[in-house]
Amino acid sequence: MSVTLGATATMPGAKTAIDINGVAYEAVMGIECHVELKTETKMFCGCRNIFGAEPNTNVCPVCLGMPGALPVPNRRAIELLVMAGLAFSAEIPAFSKFDRKNYFYPDMPKDYQISQFDTPLTQGGVVPFWLPDGTQGTCRLTRIHLEEDTGKSTHASRDGRIAGSTHSLVDFNRAGVPLMECVGEPDIRSGAEAVAYLEALKRTFVALGVSDVKMEEGSLRCDVNLSLRPIGQAEYGTKAEIKNMNSFNSVARAIESEIARQADIIRSGGRVEQETRGWDEAAGETHAMRSKEKAHDYRYFPDPDLPPIEFAESDVTRLRGMLGVSPQVRLDRMIGVEKLSIVQAHNIVDKLGLADYYDAVVAAGAKPQAAVNLVLGDLSRLANETGTPVSTSALRPSRLVELIAAVDAGTINSKTQKTLVERFYTTDAAEIPLTKIIVDEGLGQVSDSGAIDSIVAEVLAANEKTAGEYRSGKVKVMGFLVGQVMKQSRGKANPALAEERLRAALGEPEGAA
Amino acid sequence: MASGEIDVAYVAKLARLALTPAEVERFGAQLGALLVHVDELAKLPVDDVAATAQVIPQSNVMRDDIVRPSLDRETVLVGAPRREGSYFRVPRIIGEDA
Amino acid sequence: MNSIDATATEIARAVNARETSAVELADAMHARIGERDGAVGAYLSETSELAREYAKRVDARVAAGERLPLAGVPLAIKDNMCVAGTVTTCASKILEHWISPYTATAVARLLDAGAIPLGKTNMDEFAMGSSCENSALRKTANPWDLGRVPGGSSGGSVAAVAAGEATIALGSDTGGSIREPAAFCGVVGFKPTYGRVSRYGLIAFASSLDQIGPISKTVEDSALVYDVMAGLDPMDATSVDRPVEATATTLREDLRGVRVGIVDEFALDKLDADIRAVYEAAYADLVRLGATLVPVKLPTADYGVATYYLIAPAECSSNLARFDGMRYGLRVEGADVGATYEATRAAGFGDEVKRRILIGTYALSSGFYDAYYVRAQKARTLIAADFAKAFADCDVIACPSASTPAFEFDAKSDPFSMYLMDYYTIPMSLAGLPSLSVPCGYATPAGAAGPMPLGLELSAPLFAERALLGIAHAYERGTMHASKQSIPAIPSSATVGAR
Repeated sequence: MSVTLGATATMPGAKTAIDINGVAYEAVMGIECHVELKTETKMFCGCRNIFGAEPNTNVCPVCLGMPGALPVPNRRAIELLVMAGLAFSAEIPAFSKFDRKNYFYPDMPKDYQISQFDTPLTQGGVVPFWLPDGTQGTCRLTRIHLEEDTGKSTHASRDGRIAGSTHSLVDFNRAGVPLMECVGEPDIRSGAEAVAYLEALKRTFVALGVSDVKMEEGSLRCDVNLSLRPIGQAEYGTKAEIKNMNSFNSVARAIESEIARQADIIRSGGRVEQETRGWDEAAGETHAMRSKEKAHDYRYFPDPDLPPIEFAESDVTRLRGMLGVSPQVRLDRMIGVEKLSIVQAHNIVDKLGLADYYDAVVAAGAKPQAAVNLVLGDLSRLANETGTPVSTSALRPSRLVELIAAVDAGTINSKTQKTLVERFYTTDAAEIPLTKIIVDEGLGQVSDSGAIDSIVAEVLAANEKTAGEYRSGKVKVMGFLVGQVMKQSRGKANPALAEERLRAALGEPEGAA
Repeated sequence: MASGEIDVAYVAKLARLALTPAEVERFGAQLGALLVHVDELAKLPVDDVAATAQVIPQSNVMRDDIVRPSLDRETVLVGAPRREGSYFRVPRIIGEDA
Repeated sequence: MNSIDATATEIARAVNARETSAVELADAMHARIGERDGAVGAYLSETSELAREYAKRVDARVAAGERLPLAGVPLAIKDNMCVAGTVTTCASKILEHWISPYTATAVARLLDAGAIPLGKTNMDEFAMGSSCENSALRKTANPWDLGRVPGGSSGGSVAAVAAGEATIALGSDTGGSIREPAAFCGVVGFKPTYGRVSRYGLIAFASSLDQIGPISKTVEDSALVYDVMAGLDPMDATSVDRPVEATATTLREDLRGVRVGIVDEFALDKLDADIRAVYEAAYADLVRLGATLVPVKLPTADYGVATYYLIAPAECSSNLARFDGMRYGLRVEGADVGATYEATRAAGFGDEVKRRILIGTYALSSGFYDAYYVRAQKARTLIAADFAKAFADCDVIACPSASTPAFEFDAKSDPFSMYLMDYYTIPMSLAGLPSLSVPCGYATPAGAAGPMPLGLELSAPLFAERALLGIAHAYERGTMHASKQSIPAIPSSATVGAR
């Protein structure tokens, strides 16, 4: 679902109709994400929830499914999930319970997964997102529910895949890690929307501290259900489920590849099979997974080991109060009100700490464009060079506002500003006003025509040959001459005034109209 | 309610129990007899009755997110039917759904 | 009375007073087990070294001035409770050699209070059965008649206490597994309110029904054990966060003012005449001791067995999925994972376990869930509501613990006839009520070596353990049935043998 903002230019291509034998088709996608929650401990036991530990070291009777062990839910995990839902305007039902999903798998210790069947912790909600072309989209959430992760199997075969393996090795460190499953409605129409949706989820989860959302570490996994249908048709086509994408980029590629595959089938008169397909990154295509899609009988029933969760309105209010500013609200403001570009706004919001800094600078009175240029430019460069994040640098937002104002007022030039930004980034006596520093250190911009004219005269005298070139029509040497004036003034001359006085001194070049 | 018929072979597959044909027949008869008794429940008027999943009503039993000691790896692996180094070794998995 | 035949209350007093030592008691008790257990078969394993270690610790603590509620009391533990470092089998081949790396909360509390772990006792496999005959590992005999079953599933624990091979024992009760064998062996068996005693470390059969409870020679001893192990456990989310009222110190001596409910639906005319006479006498004793009998109705009680045999197997089918040969226990290797699961579980589970897994899987499966599982849960609501109504008119409900005394081995080859053994105990389990069996007399069935004990089941409202134990104690003191007969001498040469 996309709407075009009147003010923003639209770029075609994000969701072009697919022509199949003269009929315009569209792709319809629903995305299910599994997101590992960033807690200290697992969902139902006190073992550490960390990635990359030595195999089978963060395990106990509970997460190994040993006889007699019992689960006790992690309050933090439940609260994080509810906050994630609230961030997307989901409803928090008053009653929620855990159910057992029964099926056998070697990396699932109890041979049932504690999950939620018909009473998820959150219901509904909407994820808004901006597309690179300036359009805005939304995807409705069906629900977010809580479950436990499985262990990790390594398949002993040449390519690590199940096919052809002789046996598997299992590490249960991940078993029991809290996992939230975000089920999206089939509102997505293109790979670009899919990626924008996933980035919107990630941005919010990271900002809330709900998850690291690292696809490469498996803390975000997503499955895409994709089908094609003629535009205007209400019912959905037969869908395929695509799995095994390990980056947002591969999600986009897998979708494009799967759309092409299904379109080819329909084009040649075939029927799309309902099946699960794995994305093969190297081959750049999806392939049917070994197992045939068969009806599972998971025998869900309420877990008798776990009393239900009942949220009072006061609990929800308390958690809502912990949300802070939503990245989406910030994006909307930056793009809609402060008129930053889509790329600038996302760059600011997606780098943790920059958005707060930027907001503080703008709140203290700086112009958004000047603020974003400095934050994404010099400040981000300095953060990289010094290893000190912008948020903890010595350069306070109030000082940056002074620096921006000083340039705007012509008190200093931008070169001086840059020098001072670099200096203040590491050390700044914040209590000394900038005006005093400028006066004390003689950093003020020279905007006095008389003073500049005398430097101009010196420069032209020393560069007679260049002056001649200008007069004979080679006007691009002006840059060099301005540079010489700046150098003579030790950087303090007003560059615009310097150029103006040089032009006056040199007269009209030949060939000018 | 269903009558005293039970597809023992299908249910055994779900439950991952290998049964001999003789067992399928014997268990089928025994469980059929139980189902006949169980079908008596159809006589109870339960339409407007809430289901009891837990007999003592409790809610919001949770623990704080605090680390507790895990088990020593050797203790865990020494009881494994088969291990390989630091891992549990399990037989070949065929397909997504073992 | 020899000190190892004393009650837990007497032993704890004597050990705390340093009149005897825990080490002496442990050694004497292991010698006793050595003499008698060949014939009785109560134990699957003895934990002699652990017992000595704990006994020494208890003696040291007492010497240092501590007073322990269970100082030196010899304890038998049903083999479905985990004790770190010991083999914990559930009397199943699938766990025959499994060593638990942790200890059940209830056990840990008793050990911390000074109890001495003698060993792990036999049971019906995974606690599924009413005779102990479903053990895959050993046969246990009733000490009153070695040709009869001890009852089940806590048959080993009950036989151990009855045979003097333990002072107290822990059992678990899902539908009657403490009360029915306690009745069969002439001892006290007590199932507390669901959620009162932590299930952490109790190998689950049916999670919403399982409850650990004490087995002892006297009501007072059961109260003593209950007081030590009851209460909230952060490791069990279903354990109840509610203060525990001490029971052992508030027992009563008479029944004046007590209203005892007699259930219409449990009319005694269903019983054989000699057994009926015992229960009629028991009800008369209640009146003699000051109680008033009040007729009450449990219209849904007859649906208990049907309800139970859907709910318990459904939960068990899921609880026992984890026994798959991957991480612990038996593995029978197949060509792939699926074949390994099926071969392992086929070889590892006995018939009764398989039957219950099958019926439970069926009750939860697609298309049958509402008709079976949900309907049973609704029936459970009605049963609990009937009890609540009945308790408006009475303080406890009295009824037989079982319809017969202990029967002979292999007497019940039809599974369903065995299920009916729990007719009187299942409704209370479904309602989560505290319920116990106390000896109430004897009957001599045809072919028995001598009189066989019978039990009176007393059940109270949720969390009314104090009232229940108090009333049971008054009845026990007022009748003294346990001292009217004693078990025949147990031949030390006999063996019931491994199965």
